[in-house]
Amino acid sequence: MTSDQIRQVILEILERIAPDEDLTDLDDVRPFREQMELDSMDFLDIVMELRKMYRIQIPEEDYSNLNTMAGTVSYLLPRLKDVAVGA
Amino acid sequence: MLDQDRIVITGIGLTSPNGNSLAEFRQNLLNGKSGVVNYETRYMGPVLAGVCNFDELRYQKKKDIRRGTRAGSIAVYCANEAVRDAGLDWPNVARDRVGVYIGITEHGNVETENEIYEISKFQYDTKVWSHHHNPRTVANNAAGEVTLNMGITGPHLTLGAACAAGNAGFIQAAQMLRLDEVDIAVAGGVSESIHTFGIFASFAAQGALATHEDPTKACRPFDINRNGIVVAEGGGICTVERLSHALARGAKIYAEIIGYAMNSDARDFVLPDANRQAECIQLAMKRAKINVDQIDIVSSHATATEQGDIEEASALRRIFAGSNAVINNTKSFIGHAMGAAGALEMLGNLPSFDDGIAHATINLDELDPRCALPNLVLNQPRELGTVNCILNNSFGMLGINSVVIIRKYQG
Repeated sequence: MTSDQIRQVILEILERIAPDEDLTDLDDVRPFREQMELDSMDFLDIVMELRKMYRIQIPEEDYSNLNTMAGTVSYLLPRLKDVAVGA
Repeated sequence: MLDQDRIVITGIGLTSPNGNSLAEFRQNLLNGKSGVVNYETRYMGPVLAGVCNFDELRYQKKKDIRRGTRAGSIAVYCANEAVRDAGLDWPNVARDRVGVYIGITEHGNVETENEIYEISKFQYDTKVWSHHHNPRTVANNAAGEVTLNMGITGPHLTLGAACAAGNAGFIQAAQMLRLDEVDIAVAGGVSESIHTFGIFASFAAQGALATHEDPTKACRPFDINRNGIVVAEGGGICTVERLSHALARGAKIYAEIIGYAMNSDARDFVLPDANRQAECIQLAMKRAKINVDQIDIVSSHATATEQGDIEEASALRRIFAGSNAVINNTKSFIGHAMGAAGALEMLGNLPSFDDGIAHATINLDELDPRCALPNLVLNQPRELGTVNCILNNSFGMLGINSVVIIRKYQG
């Protein structure tokens, strides 16, 4: 997957776990939690969705890489580079 | 009795398969309108069920609904409706003096079944088991979701009492109010049971799941051709207060809870016992300090199982034969709303204090002679003129019995 494709996947996950939020103007470099209501259980939903969709195991010590969209995409890019969208 | 020991109902919120407010529910009971429909279950396929269609987003965000449970959403809707109906100045209510007491038949089946189904898509890899499972399945879930939604910091309990649970919620409320543990109780019962195939499958295995080509005719308490239970979801929640508290704030008073009782059969896992049911009814009347002639309407529990109907009819005959009390049944309209049944059945009858009418038991084409009852309200509502006292039966598995008696408030 490309960076753009990963970003789109993360957006779709966010839309599912935070269905009341308007994500149109999401700033990729600002922390998610500054832009939307996202608590620790929601954050675990992101991790769980990625696990279900791509069988990625994200260790807890790496969670801080997922605070922003940009950080999430750069963290996932090498791990998903050989994965097709929707795999 | 002192005003601080008298317990009154001051607000009502409900969702039933045939109505999402007391007025709509009542009208449909008087019009003979059923809420039972064809319903698709996972694994079992088509069954019959009582399904609610309330506005989930009136008091919850989409995210709250996704995170919580159906029982929680039903409870949140009904509790908010009740508080709104009660005319409480909610922002200024001392929330640490509010208690939430919600009866439920079972909890956790829906959520566990959903998770197992989900991990089945991943070769049962437990690493995809949801972190939401535990808060969804803890036994206090429904009442707990109400406290989260409404900012209530007083005590909360979800009372597991099988199908006697709706009454149990009101009883717990009355007791806590009399103990001065709380000033306002948000109390009643809820059911999400149609969302788990297991409830249907277990009743089917027991030979106790209703079938009928016309869903609206499937729930047939006391009828010779009844063939079992129609499972329903729903909720009935009231604000309950000490009379002194209600009067001090000028509250509208729907009814007074004048008596209640709970007991146990101590006999069988599923079969009811007319002797203990009769004792429970007698004890509630004794506590209410009334005699059988003062009861105007008996809201029967009958679920349309063979033995259940026979046992309750036996209990009712020995107490009410020769009295003027009429007997009706609300399940015949909406199915068995499990933990909500006792609450919805009491609330469906409550407006008779104003309109003087007893709604019927419908779908009773041929009375099972073993269920012969005095003054059964057959198929059409009956004008009674004046209604002052309603006795509400609610019984459940493992031999749990509950009875609540309410009286028209007369100052």
